[in-house]
Amino acid sequence: MAFEYAPAPESRDIVDIRPSYGLFVGGEFTGGRGEPFKSVNPANEETLAEIARADAADVDRAVAAARAAYDRVWGPMPGRERAKYLYRIARLVQERARELAVLESIDNGKPIRESRDVDVPLVAAHFFYHAGWADKLPYAGFGPDPRPVGVAGQVIPWNFPLLMLAWKIAPALACGNTVVLKPAETTPLTALAFAEICQQADLPPGVVNIVTGAGETGRALVEHDGVDKVAFTGSTEVGKLIARAAAGTRKRLTLELGGKAANVVFDDAPLDQAVEGVVNGIFFNQGHVCCAGSRLLVQESVADALLERLKARMATLRVGDPLDKNTDVGAINSAAQLDKIRMLSEAGEAEGAGRWSPPCELPQRGFWFAPTLFTGVAQSHRIAREEIFGPVLSVLTFRTPAEAVEKANNTPYGLSAGVWTEKGSRVLWMAERLRAGVVWANTFNKFDPASPFGGYKESGFGREGGRHGLEAYLNV
Amino acid sequence: MSERARLGVRKTYKLFIGGAFPRSESGRSYVVNDAKGRFLANASRASRKDVRDAVAAARKASGGWAARTPYNRGQILYRVAEMLEGRRAQFADELRAAGAGKNAAASEVDEAIDRWVWYAGWADKLGAVAGSANPVSGPFFNFSTPEPTGVVGIVAPDSPLLGLVSVVAPAIVSGNAAVVVASEPAPLPAVTLAEVLATSDLPGGVVNLLTGRRGELAPWLASHMDVDAIDLAGASPDAVRELEEAAAGNLKRVLRPSRQDWSAEPGTARMTAFLETKTVWHPVGV
Repeated sequence: MAFEYAPAPESRDIVDIRPSYGLFVGGEFTGGRGEPFKSVNPANEETLAEIARADAADVDRAVAAARAAYDRVWGPMPGRERAKYLYRIARLVQERARELAVLESIDNGKPIRESRDVDVPLVAAHFFYHAGWADKLPYAGFGPDPRPVGVAGQVIPWNFPLLMLAWKIAPALACGNTVVLKPAETTPLTALAFAEICQQADLPPGVVNIVTGAGETGRALVEHDGVDKVAFTGSTEVGKLIARAAAGTRKRLTLELGGKAANVVFDDAPLDQAVEGVVNGIFFNQGHVCCAGSRLLVQESVADALLERLKARMATLRVGDPLDKNTDVGAINSAAQLDKIRMLSEAGEAEGAGRWSPPCELPQRGFWFAPTLFTGVAQSHRIAREEIFGPVLSVLTFRTPAEAVEKANNTPYGLSAGVWTEKGSRVLWMAERLRAGVVWANTFNKFDPASPFGGYKESGFGREGGRHGLEAYLNV
Repeated sequence: MSERARLGVRKTYKLFIGGAFPRSESGRSYVVNDAKGRFLANASRASRKDVRDAVAAARKASGGWAARTPYNRGQILYRVAEMLEGRRAQFADELRAAGAGKNAAASEVDEAIDRWVWYAGWADKLGAVAGSANPVSGPFFNFSTPEPTGVVGIVAPDSPLLGLVSVVAPAIVSGNAAVVVASEPAPLPAVTLAEVLATSDLPGGVVNLLTGRRGELAPWLASHMDVDAIDLAGASPDAVRELEEAAAGNLKRVLRPSRQDWSAEPGTARMTAFLETKTVWHPVGV
C-alpha cells in the first residue's frame, strides 16, 4: 500500500536558464557553426534552451585553445598551484550545490533527492579528492616524475551529466592535462554551468573547454589529431567505433561502456536488505546506470519469498515529478531512450517472459516508464543479454554457487556485480570468481572518488577514481 | 685411420599447443636459414586453424593457472629459469646460428635466464604493489586487487630469445595464458624454449607457441573473439593499425609496439598491461 503524500516540489527559482547557450572555448562563451539544437525537460517536454552545435572547425578551435593552455600555463604550473584551482572548483560546486542539483533534475529527469544527495556531493568530492593528488603524483606509484599526457578529448553520457564531467575533468586536470569535453546532446546544461564555475574560479582560459553537439561533434573530437588522450563513457557499440578510430594513432584510450550486471541473492541473505539492494540496483536513476543490477539471480529456494517482497516494495515506489522531494523514480531521459526500453520490454514478452509492473499512474506529458520486472527469463532472452538502460529487471534463478557464477559471467559485459549472503567466506569466494570490475557485496551502486571504477571484457578498459584512475592521465 | 664421424640426429621443429608438440594441421613448413643463408631447418608454418586450436588450449588452461597460488606460479617461473640454465650451450648455439656472435649469444642466454628469475619473484608481490585498500567516505571496507585479463595474444619481437622471454614472462606471471607468434626469421630458439616450458611444471596450454608467417597469423589472433588482450611488440609498423582495428571487435586490451631495449630493467608496465583491477565493497557493521 502506498502512502498518500502531499506534493513537495523543490523550487526551480534557484536556477536561471538562459534562452540560449554557446560553446565554452578558451575561457569564453562563443557561438557554434553548426545548427543549434534544443535541450528539453524530459518530465514535460518543455524546451529549456537552445544550445550551440560545434562543428569540426569549432572542435579544432577548442583543441587549439587546450593545446595553448597546456603548453603555456597548465603544463608548466607546479602541482601545488593546480591543486588550489581544483580545491576552488570543489568549493564552488558545494556553494552552488542546490542550483546544480535542480538544474540537473530539470535537464536529465532524475529525482531531486538523487541529484541533491548523490550526484552533486560526489562531484564536489571528486574535485576535492583529485585536488590533493595534483602535488603528490610522484608518490602515486607511477615513477618519480610522472608527466601529463597533453590534451584530453572527453565524451560523456547523459545519465550522470555533471558527475561524469567530474570523473573526466578532475583527474585530467590534477595530472596536468587540459581538456576538451563534450557533454551529451540531451543534457548539456550542467556542463555549461560548470564552465561558468571555471570562470568564477579564475581557471586559466583553455584549460577546460566544452563543446556541445551530438555524435558528429564527438567524432570530430575523438578523431582530432591534436588530441593525445581519449576518454569515453557510453555504449559498447560507440566504444568499439572509437577504439577503431584510435587504431594506429599515438592516442591513449580509456573506455567505460555498457553492462548487464548480475545481482546474486543467496538463500541465507537477509531478504529485506537484499530487496532494498535489488531496488536500488535497478531503479536508481531510472535504471539509466551502466553498472545497474539488471539481472537478478536468486537462489531457487528463496525465489518466491524474495519476489513477493520485491513486488510489495516496488508498489511503494513513487514515479513522477523529478523536482518533488518524495519522488523515487523520475523521467526517462529522452523519447529515443523510452522507445528502446519499450522495444526491449516487448521483446521480453514476445520471447515468453512474464512481465509485471505495480499499479502506477504516469504523467500525461513527458517520457515515463513504470518500474518493471520479468520472471521466467532464460539466459538466451534479449532482456537477459542486452543492456536495456531503463527500470526493467530480469529475474533468473540458480541452485548452486557454481551455477550462479556461471550465469553471472555469461555475458560479454563485465562492469559490476552484486552478492547478497551472510556468509563472509562466500562473499569472497564469489567476488573472486565474478568477472566484473566492481563487486558490491551486501550493498549496491556505491561510488566514491577514492574507489577505482571500470570494467572487464566489453565493458571497456581503464579505471576512474582512486590511485588507479590517475594512470589514464599520466604518461606512464 | 680416423674414426668415421657420427651422423647427427636432427630435431624436427614443431608447434607447441596445449602442452603437446604437433605439426601444423596444414602440413606446411618453411625454410629457416642461418645468418650465412645456409639451411638450418624446416619450421612449421602454422595456419588459422592452429591459431584457433592454440586459443582454445589457452582458454582451457587459463582458469586453473590463475587459480594457482602466486607462490606456486613464482616457483614454476623459477623452475623455467633452472631448466634454461641447464641448456645454456644449446641456446647459445641456436643464437649463434641465427647470427649472434659468441659472446653476445652467451650473454643473451644469461640475461634470458635472469629475466625468468626476475619475473618469478613478482608473482607474489604484484597484488601488493598493484592493489590497494581504498579510503572511501562511508562505513565500507573497499579494496582493489589485480586479476589476470585472461588469454593474451603475443606477436613476439625478433629478438629470438631475450625478447621472447621478455614478453611471455610478464604476461603469464599474473595468471594469464598466452598464444605466442614467434619471430618469423628466427623461430628456432622459440621452439626450443617450448621444450623448456614443457619440462618446468608449467601446465599445458598456459603458453602456446606458433611459428610461421606473422602477417598471416597475427590478424587471426587480433580478431579472435576469445582472446582478451594482445601484445603487438613484434608487429611490423605498417600492420599495427589493421591489427588494432581487428582487436577493437571485442575491445581487447592492446599493448602497442614501442622502442625496446630488451636488456634494460623491464619495469612493471608489461605486467600491468594484462591485469584487470577488481574493486570489492562490503559494509562495515555489527
